[in-house]
Amino acid sequence: MAKLLLLGDEAIGQGALDAGISGIYAYPGTPSTEIMEYVQRSKPAKKKEIHATWSANEKTAMESALGMSYAGKRAIVCMKHVGLNVAADAFMNSAITGVNGGLVVTVADDPSMHSSQNEQDSRYYGKFALIPVLEPSNQQEAYDMTRAAFKLSEKYETPVMLRITTRLAHSRYGVETGAAEPQREFLLPPDPKQFILLPSIAKERYKNLLKNQPAFGEESENSRFNKFIAGKDKSLGIVACGLAYNYLMENYRDEECPYSVVKVSQYPLPGNLLNKLKEESEKLLVLEEGYPLVEEQLKGFFDDTLEVKGRLDGTLPRDGELNPNLVAVALGRKDKIGENVPGFLSGRPPAMCPGCGHIDLYIALNEAMEKYGKQKVLSDIGCYTLGALPPYNAISSCVDMGASITMAKGAADAGMRPAVAVIGDSTFTHSGMTGLLDAVNDKSPVTVIILDNAVVGMTGGQPAAGEGKIDQICLGIGVEPEHLRVVVPLKKNHDEMVKVIDEELEYDGVSVVIARRECVTELAHRKKLELKAKKKDS
Amino acid sequence: MKKDIILSGVGGQGILSVAAVIGLAAMEEGLFIKQSEVHGMSQRGGAVVSHLRISDKEIFSDLIPYGAADMLLSIEPMEALRYLPYLSEEGWIITNSKPFVNISNYPDLEKVLSEIKSKPHNVIVDADEIARKMHAPKAANIVIVGAASPYLGIAYESLEAGIKKIFGSKGDEIINLNLEALRAGKEAAEKY
Repeated sequence: MAKLLLLGDEAIGQGALDAGISGIYAYPGTPSTEIMEYVQRSKPAKKKEIHATWSANEKTAMESALGMSYAGKRAIVCMKHVGLNVAADAFMNSAITGVNGGLVVTVADDPSMHSSQNEQDSRYYGKFALIPVLEPSNQQEAYDMTRAAFKLSEKYETPVMLRITTRLAHSRYGVETGAAEPQREFLLPPDPKQFILLPSIAKERYKNLLKNQPAFGEESENSRFNKFIAGKDKSLGIVACGLAYNYLMENYRDEECPYSVVKVSQYPLPGNLLNKLKEESEKLLVLEEGYPLVEEQLKGFFDDTLEVKGRLDGTLPRDGELNPNLVAVALGRKDKIGENVPGFLSGRPPAMCPGCGHIDLYIALNEAMEKYGKQKVLSDIGCYTLGALPPYNAISSCVDMGASITMAKGAADAGMRPAVAVIGDSTFTHSGMTGLLDAVNDKSPVTVIILDNAVVGMTGGQPAAGEGKIDQICLGIGVEPEHLRVVVPLKKNHDEMVKVIDEELEYDGVSVVIARRECVTELAHRKKLELKAKKKDS
Repeated sequence: MKKDIILSGVGGQGILSVAAVIGLAAMEEGLFIKQSEVHGMSQRGGAVVSHLRISDKEIFSDLIPYGAADMLLSIEPMEALRYLPYLSEEGWIITNSKPFVNISNYPDLEKVLSEIKSKPHNVIVDADEIARKMHAPKAANIVIVGAASPYLGIAYESLEAGIKKIFGSKGDEIINLNLEALRAGKEAAEKY
C-alpha cells in the first residue's frame, strides 16, 4: 500500500502493473501516451521483464495484446480515441473471440480536440462491440478500475474497455495503491477453436457474447463504481457519467447536492438504478463528457413522457468538453466568471520548434511548388501539420494517419498535377506504407516527401518504428531507386532541396524524397542526457 | 483552506517545476492537491497552463472553475492576462515582468503591465533579472514561486522542503541556488 501522486494515465499504468500484466502495447497519441511511458520508466516492470515497447500502430498493438491474452497472460493496450478507428477490426473481433488472459483496452478521448482531429466518443465503440466499459471519474478510480477491469475480463472471457478523457489523463491526484498480483502462467486457450472466427464458429462465439449481455448489465447494477445517491429535492434527477460527476460535485463543495444522483462509471447502463431515479424524479439531467450517448438512450424514440435534459436540448453545449461552470448553468446555479481577456492580447498558437528541419523543408517545397499553384500538397498527422499555419501555409490536408499518400494518389487519379504528399517517418510506418504500395502498383504520378526525424515528435520523442529502415521499406515496396532521393533539410541545403523536389515533381510516376534530420528537440534532449552521463562517469 | 492557482507561461519556461514545488509543499502540510498539465500539440511552443488546486478537503474537478482562482501565477506577463476569466474578485496576479516574445505581434509591453497593475491585487517582479544577477537564469521560475510565497497560505519552510525534494538529485549547489532564488523572489514581492 502506498499513496502516489499520479496522472490519470499513470494511475492506469500502475493499476495494470499491480494487476499482473505481462505486456502493455500502444502507439503514442495524446492524451494516452503517458500510460506506456509510465510502465517504461517503472523499475519493477523492468525487473519483471514486462513487455513495454511501442507498436507500429494501434492495430498491431491491439492484436499483439490479444495474442498475449491468447497465451493466457494479462495484457493492456492503450491508444487515443482515433487510434481505435485504426484498431477497430481487431477490437470488434476480439469481442467475438473473447479472451483467455485478461485484456483491457484503454482508450483516451479528447473532447474539445486539444490535440486531435475529432472528438469521437469511444463509449459508442464499447457499446458497438457489446463489451463492458469502465469510465473512471478520478485518478483513484482509474487505478481501481484498471484492476477491476482485468477481473471482469477474465470472469466473462471478454475484453473490457477503459475509457478516459483528456482532463483525467493529464491531471495528478493522490492514488492509494494495493498489493501487486503475480503475472499469469503461460496457458493456451482451453477451447482450441475459440479464436478461429470461421463463420460456423464465429456464429457460436457471437451467440455467446449475446448471452453474456444480461450478465454485463447485472455487473453494472452491482458495480461499486455505479452509485445511487439519494437527494431530497425530487424536481430533478441527475445522471452523472465519468468525469462529469466531478464537475457536479464541484458545484456542491460546501453543501449537499439537493437532487438524487446516479453516478455512472460502468456500462452497459445500470437499468435498475436509472429506473429508480426516473420513478422519483420529475425530470432528468444527463451530464456526460463526450457525445450524448446516455442521453439518447434515456430519451428513447417514441416515449416522450420523461423530460431528459442535456446536450441534445441545449441545456449543455452539443460539442466540447464540460467544465464546472457549464454544469453550474445546467443546474440553474449562479455562474461567476472573472474579467474578460483584454482585447489587445495576441494568440500564441503552437508552432514548429526553432531550428526544426520541417521548416527548412517547407520553405524549399513552397519555392518548388510556386509555379504549380496552391492546394496540391496533401499532408498528415504530426508536428509538420503545423505547416498549414502561417507563414508557411504549405499543406492542404490533415485527415488521418497515412491519408496524405493515398489522398494524393486519388487526386492524381483525378488529374491533379503535381500530387504531393508530406508525411512523417512514424506516420509513414504507421499507415502510409500500404498507400505507397497502391501508388507504386498504379504507377501514380505522386511525389511523397517523408520527413524523417527518427522520432514520434508531437507526442514527446518516442522512438520511431521505422528508424533506419525507411529507404529499404520504400525500395522494397517498389519505388525506383533513381526516384528515391534523400536530402538534409538545413538552410545551407536550400537550393539543392528545391532542385531535387523540382526534379521529382516533374517525374510522371512515384517518387519519394526523404528529408532526413534528427528532431531538434530530441537532439537537445539527447545531448543533455549524454552530458549527464559523461558527468557521472567523471 | 482552498487555494486554486492558475499557472501559466510559454512551453519550456518551467511551469511544471513551479507546480511540482508548490504541490510538494502542500503535500508536506498534509493537504490535498490536484494538478492538471498540458501535453501534445498545444505544448509545442505555445501558451501553456496548469491548474493547481490545493485544499484541506477532497478535490473534485480537475479544472478550476472560471471566476474561482485565488491566484494567477505566471512566468510571462501576457500569459497572466490570458487567464483573467478564471480569477476571482479577491484573487492575486503574480507575474514575471519579462515578456517571452516568440510571436511577431506581441502587444505593447507597457500596455500589458499597466493592465496587470490596474487589478487590485498584483505583484510584478523581474524574475529573469533577479535570476540573472544570481547567475542562475534557469531559476526564474523559482523566483516567481518566491514572489507568490507570501500569498500561498503555505509555510515558507514547506516550499523550501519542496525545492529540496524536486532538485534533490541535482546536488547541493543546485538546491542552494534555487533556495536563494526562492528567497530573492519573496523579498522582491515584499518590496513591491
